[in-house]
Amino acid sequence: MKEISSAIQLIPLEYYIILSVTLFSIGVMGILFRRNIIAILMCLELMFNSVNLLLTAFSAYHSDPSGQVFVFFIMIVAAAEVAVGLSIVVMMKRNVESVDINLLNRLKW
Amino acid sequence: MIFLFYMLSAIMVISALFVVFSKSPINNVIFLIICFIAMAGHYILLNAQFLAVVHIIVYTGAIMVLFLFVIMLLNLNKAIIPQKSKMTRIMAVIAGGIFFLVLLAATRQTFEIQPRYPFTSEIGLVANIGKTLFHEYLLPFELSSVLFLAAMVGAVMFGKKDHLSDEN
Amino acid sequence: MVESIPYINLAWLVPALPLLGFLVTGLVNKRLKHNQAGIIASVMVLLSFIISVILFFALRASGQNSATVTLFNWIAIGGMNIPFALLIDHLSLTMMLIVTGVGALIHIYSIGYMHDDERVNSFFAQMNLFTFSMLLLVMGANYLVLFIGWEGVGLCSYLLIGFWFKNPAYNYAARKAFIMNRIGDLGFILGIILLFFTFKSVTFSEVFAHTAGFQSGTPVITLITILLLIGAVGKSAQIPLFTWLPDAMAGPTPVSALIHAATMVTAGIYMIARSSILYNLAPVTLTIIIVIGLATLLMAAIIGLKQNDIKKVLAYSTVSQLGYMFLALGLGAYSTGVFHVTTHAFFKALLFLGAGSVIHAMGGEQDIRKMGGLRKKMPLTYFTFLAATLAISGIPPFSGFFSKDLILNKAFEYNIIVYILALAGALLTCFYMFRLLYLVFFGEQRFANAHPHESPRVMTIPLMILAILSVFGGFLNVPSLFGGNSGFSNFLQSAVVSKTGEEMSHSTEIGLIVISLALLSLVIFFAYRTFVKKAVVPAGDEEPMSLLGRIVYNKFYIDEIYNFVFEKPLGFLSGFFFNKIENTILDPAVDEVGFATARLGTLLRKLQQGNMSFYLFAMVAGILLFIIFILIV
Repeated sequence: MKEISSAIQLIPLEYYIILSVTLFSIGVMGILFRRNIIAILMCLELMFNSVNLLLTAFSAYHSDPSGQVFVFFIMIVAAAEVAVGLSIVVMMKRNVESVDINLLNRLKW
Repeated sequence: MIFLFYMLSAIMVISALFVVFSKSPINNVIFLIICFIAMAGHYILLNAQFLAVVHIIVYTGAIMVLFLFVIMLLNLNKAIIPQKSKMTRIMAVIAGGIFFLVLLAATRQTFEIQPRYPFTSEIGLVANIGKTLFHEYLLPFELSSVLFLAAMVGAVMFGKKDHLSDEN
Repeated sequence: MVESIPYINLAWLVPALPLLGFLVTGLVNKRLKHNQAGIIASVMVLLSFIISVILFFALRASGQNSATVTLFNWIAIGGMNIPFALLIDHLSLTMMLIVTGVGALIHIYSIGYMHDDERVNSFFAQMNLFTFSMLLLVMGANYLVLFIGWEGVGLCSYLLIGFWFKNPAYNYAARKAFIMNRIGDLGFILGIILLFFTFKSVTFSEVFAHTAGFQSGTPVITLITILLLIGAVGKSAQIPLFTWLPDAMAGPTPVSALIHAATMVTAGIYMIARSSILYNLAPVTLTIIIVIGLATLLMAAIIGLKQNDIKKVLAYSTVSQLGYMFLALGLGAYSTGVFHVTTHAFFKALLFLGAGSVIHAMGGEQDIRKMGGLRKKMPLTYFTFLAATLAISGIPPFSGFFSKDLILNKAFEYNIIVYILALAGALLTCFYMFRLLYLVFFGEQRFANAHPHESPRVMTIPLMILAILSVFGGFLNVPSLFGGNSGFSNFLQSAVVSKTGEEMSHSTEIGLIVISLALLSLVIFFAYRTFVKKAVVPAGDEEPMSLLGRIVYNKFYIDEIYNFVFEKPLGFLSGFFFNKIENTILDPAVDEVGFATARLGTLLRKLQQGNMSFYLFAMVAGILLFIIFILIV
């Protein structure tokens, strides 16, 4: 893998930062844009991934494995969260017969 | 190398935009999978081998499949959900744009950071990750297994039918 | 210096005992049996009297002139240091003895008079509170403690005048008394403030010691004395603030006797006598006092000629006698004024208590046209009333003769016109008092339903004691003409600084006495002829009177004038403020604050719609703002 190792040094860090920021803002836009709960969860995954990318980039830059270990834990949490979130979607479908988030409007006084 | 980087980035961004703007849930999932594969490519570019593989297995293989299962089971691809009003959508895009700009401005200071440790490219190897994981981060590792247990129990509990409401 | 006088530590008991009586009878109001409240109250005042006597002899024995008993350090702010202190000197002892002595007699009398009233317990509580305030007033060692007593007696006067509060007219009279007093109090407070500003202290001894640097006629002193005078005018019912006193007769007769004859109305006289050093430095104010005193005594005597209510006649007589006291003060004869206070307390209290006895016997009737011939039915009351009438007219050797004669002598020394006017007032006094006596006690009985009887002993014994004092009280101050040594005036010399003119020659004095005695006898004879021989009875209300008679009978229409000049504009002003400003501006403004808050709440409630996408927007916006904030700041 020695060839790849030297390749890393060619890409400056700011490219990865800009890429990650782009993906994150696209994910935010998607959350505000979509009405389908499943779509919103998927945009949430997008945001998670942008963070993962950024962490890995920093870890490679600083030569610190803690970054990648942290990404590992984030993946664990994301997986658990998707599981629970989708079961909530199932429950919602059972109760309200639709997955439109605008129908969930009882969270007020 | 940079060309590889650019191509992967382009694929990722374009598929992310398609995730946001496509109408059917199945299309969403497809594009998201494409995005994830591009991301795995980025990981390999950074020599984070362990992460790349775990990414493909966990995210693309498990989570997306889970999404697909739910969509199929609930027949969501057939459901027509009206979109938000035009005004809301424009506001959403503008909010996203502003968010992008603000974050860019916020992270500008990190452009001049110097690396902390002497450069090695071998930190992404499985053995090194394993060493760090089981030496310094052993407790979080064990606790995350408890977390998974809780999530599993929660998911099962949510999925069960309510006996009490059935009796009513 | 204080410790050398024995029994001086008992000084604080004198005001404290009536206060204790007030608390006891006031707090256990409902549970006291019939006469117990009266007995407790009277005992407290009697004890105060006994202690005052002890203090009198103790002070005499020690050879000192005054003693100050400081109870506690009251106000100590910056340069202002006012202790709560009592001053025992000859002037305050005189007033203490009068207040507690006559007060005790009136309390005992009230046991019989108020026997049938249902609120008799609170009556005695209020009487004791009044005695406490009056004692604070006369015993205070500085102007502020005096003022506490001043306000306290004003309050008790209001309470006691309106004692039978179920009658709205009595309430009006009580309110009128209080408000007129307040007008005077405003001047009094301003006077105290100016006093403190000038002398940096309000304690009597310090103020009077510092007057040495001021010349006679200094504007500051004149202003201070005028302001203090306004307070005295309000409290002692002089012109122009006297209309409350006749209306104050709405209260029970013992109240009229104690408050409006013997003690409260003399508070103004006491205060001016106490400040004699200040007044001696302001000749302008003294002249004003003479004018006010003369005008008051004449006007009240004229009005009294035509009144038909037994208590109103006595009320105007009180106003007139207070005019005499003011005249004495204005002439610089402060000790004479205080002497007249003493003798007036005796015979005026006696007159009021006698009138109360008559009213009690007649079942509440107060119109003298419906009385007559009571001499045979109530001999004791008649004799004491006669004694008091002789005293007030100035017939020797009764007490009134000595005090009034001194005032007339001083007036003669000052100015012949003042003397003639004062003498005219004395003649008018004699006339209307004998008119009252003859109409009530002589002649044929003009009533049909009442069965008058002599009053019970609890009421007649105070009458007799006061009669003895009225007859022999004058011998306290026998002038050198008759071989006496003016004991009273010399006694007060240490406390008040009277102006001493040149000693009148004895022949002039004898001449003046002969003139006044001759005129008085003429008046008595004329009254006897009119009301007994010819049995002229004042006309009833339905018959028309001459214009002059109507003016006099309606008290010179002063009440109506005051109503038109003061009350109506003030009523209009307050109505204006209420309607235009309160109801239109202020009230809605306060309500608006509440409404605005409610509207703000309704607005803010829209944040919590429960709509998921709105929450998401809010979250993103929040994070944006937060990052921007960190970037900028």
